[in-house]
Amino acid sequence: MSTTVVTKEGPAAVTAAPTVGSHVRSYWSRVRGGDIGALPAVLGLVVLCTVFSIMRPSFLTAGNFANLFTQGAAVTLIAMGLVFVLLLGEIDLSAGFASGVCAAILANVATVLGYPWYVAVLAALATGVLIGTVLGFLVAKIGIPSFVVTLAGFLAFQGVVLVLIDQGSNIAIRDSVLLAIANRNLPPALGWALAGVTVAGYAAVQLNRYRTRSARGLVADPMAVVLARIGALALILGVAVYILNLERSRNVLVTSLKGVPIVVPIIAVLLIAWTFVLQRTSYGRHVYAVGGNREAARRAGINVDRIRISVFMICSAMAAVGGIVAASRGNSVDPNTGGSNVLLYAVGAAVIGGTSLFGGKGRVLDAVLGGAVVAVIDNGMGLMEYSSGTKYVVTGVVLLLAASVDALSRRRAAATGNR
Amino acid sequence: MSATPLLELRGIDKSFGPVQVLRDVALSAHAGEVTALVGDNGAGKSTLVKCISGIYTTDAGEFLFEGRPVTINSPRDAAGLGIEVVYQDLALCDNLDIVQNMFLGREKRSGLVLDEPTMEQMAAETLAGLSVRTVKSLRQHVSSLSGGQRQTVAIAKAVLWNSRLVILDEPTAALGVAQTAQVLELVRRLADNGLAVVLISHNMNDVFAVSDRIAALYLGQMVAQVKTTDITHAQVVELITAGRSGNLGLTPDPAPADGTGAQPAEAQNPGADR
Repeated sequence: MSTTVVTKEGPAAVTAAPTVGSHVRSYWSRVRGGDIGALPAVLGLVVLCTVFSIMRPSFLTAGNFANLFTQGAAVTLIAMGLVFVLLLGEIDLSAGFASGVCAAILANVATVLGYPWYVAVLAALATGVLIGTVLGFLVAKIGIPSFVVTLAGFLAFQGVVLVLIDQGSNIAIRDSVLLAIANRNLPPALGWALAGVTVAGYAAVQLNRYRTRSARGLVADPMAVVLARIGALALILGVAVYILNLERSRNVLVTSLKGVPIVVPIIAVLLIAWTFVLQRTSYGRHVYAVGGNREAARRAGINVDRIRISVFMICSAMAAVGGIVAASRGNSVDPNTGGSNVLLYAVGAAVIGGTSLFGGKGRVLDAVLGGAVVAVIDNGMGLMEYSSGTKYVVTGVVLLLAASVDALSRRRAAATGNR
Repeated sequence: MSATPLLELRGIDKSFGPVQVLRDVALSAHAGEVTALVGDNGAGKSTLVKCISGIYTTDAGEFLFEGRPVTINSPRDAAGLGIEVVYQDLALCDNLDIVQNMFLGREKRSGLVLDEPTMEQMAAETLAGLSVRTVKSLRQHVSSLSGGQRQTVAIAKAVLWNSRLVILDEPTAALGVAQTAQVLELVRRLADNGLAVVLISHNMNDVFAVSDRIAALYLGQMVAQVKTTDITHAQVVELITAGRSGNLGLTPDPAPADGTGAQPAEAQNPGADR
């Protein structure tokens, strides 16, 4: 399973027609060479789930499984945006409170001003894009280090949230559509249908690539590997949808609670869309190029400043999406929305998933895998009734651990000539 | 090779403020030939290359491309004429693979989506056309390549775009013996494929190994441009260090006092004897 997840974009490293064996060997040699990708996140997820399941049987219930998604959604969405900024070797420390500002705008437009939900959502997203544009402009055009710009943003946005929601009160979200985002589920049949469409779409893309590459005489991944990937995705989605479609309500007579939480397809669609942008468009290629060697990108005629501004726009827009989900989940927006641990959890999620803090390496999928690790830690330790103090310490240690793995694997890669 | 040179420069002047870096420089590069551009540090080699590639504009002088006068005001103009420069620091992205680097900034697309199969095929054809067999896979990250292989990728990148003139800035400076031989072989093959090549080098062995002509710069003046077969090692070294050798180079200063003065008199017009 881990092989499938990690080598999604894995190039075959030999010119001779690769076999399953050579494919596995080339993957293993890349791991040994320091290119470990999301392997720590996948292994960590397995270990954490096993430990928590043994310590607290309630961890391994359908209800808790569904909770993991809604709890981790906001952080995961913010982390997906952060991946773009991290790919350039920059950082956005203001993403947490940027999501808070966007959530406050959402609540003001929807509840205080009484506009329909889509106007509120658009206003929140526009706020995110605006924030990102300003941050990106200050970094790319004025030349202030992103660390300083976004640290200033961190403080300023905290104040903006307070101003927007009137000194410490909170604004309730009453719109049923906005509330549904993080609190309602898809009908079970729709869940199955979406899973089926996703697997079919993935299979079509993979098989089509195999066909065109073979027809053009280029090296294609072996058919067995292609089929294994499709099978693994079908298996993961199938099991997840099955569990989420189980009845989670304590008392079925009062209310029925089953189906895939609505945030899951939202995350899935954004994951697919951003992965497409990064892997299949020239914009994405240029983001990697600027992250890898800015001077080379400039000489290749890439508008480096525009790329740098755009990643901050994407990051803050994704923070807005995260803020909307957080507002929906909390049923209200208060001065702490997007505050406390949200930012560090999001950075942690991206880094744990395998995105490098040094730029040039990372995928949107990393944010989702890392977000899952963070959500499992938070959820599992909550079930074991640790205080939030302990949770902060543990999450901080995990973040440091992930950053160490990043730094060490980078050194290893340099030593083996892999970077 | 009496045919019109692919690129001919005449009377190029370039100053930075009060400092005149190039004075009345002439240079010609012929298709199918390697022209070695030699000169000591500060002789103006890099400035000349930057003028040709459009990074600097010249103060005076004319460019003839295939005999037609052209103006080169930006790197885009140079690229439009088919002039590509491979700089010393190569400008490759370590985190991208060979194909991605070769097409960086000029990706082939079908609609919105990158057309990877076409790019990979074109890259493979280009490398095959240069008889490069040292890379295992085109999907290798550049970080895993040796210095010589990187140089190969950088040169292949320059050749990919139907370029006519390739300028190589010290391509062997950082390479070992075997890799230097590989790259020189590649340089020779570029010329044999009909491109004009300008090779900047400090290494006399390299220069004599591959070049057809040698152009020597001395304190911003082109002191000689001669066929490699008509000149010896020692003469080239003299040209580089003293600006003249026997009847080549600057005419001896009539003033007896200071022969190799830092400011050769304006009235003399040594030019390049072609």
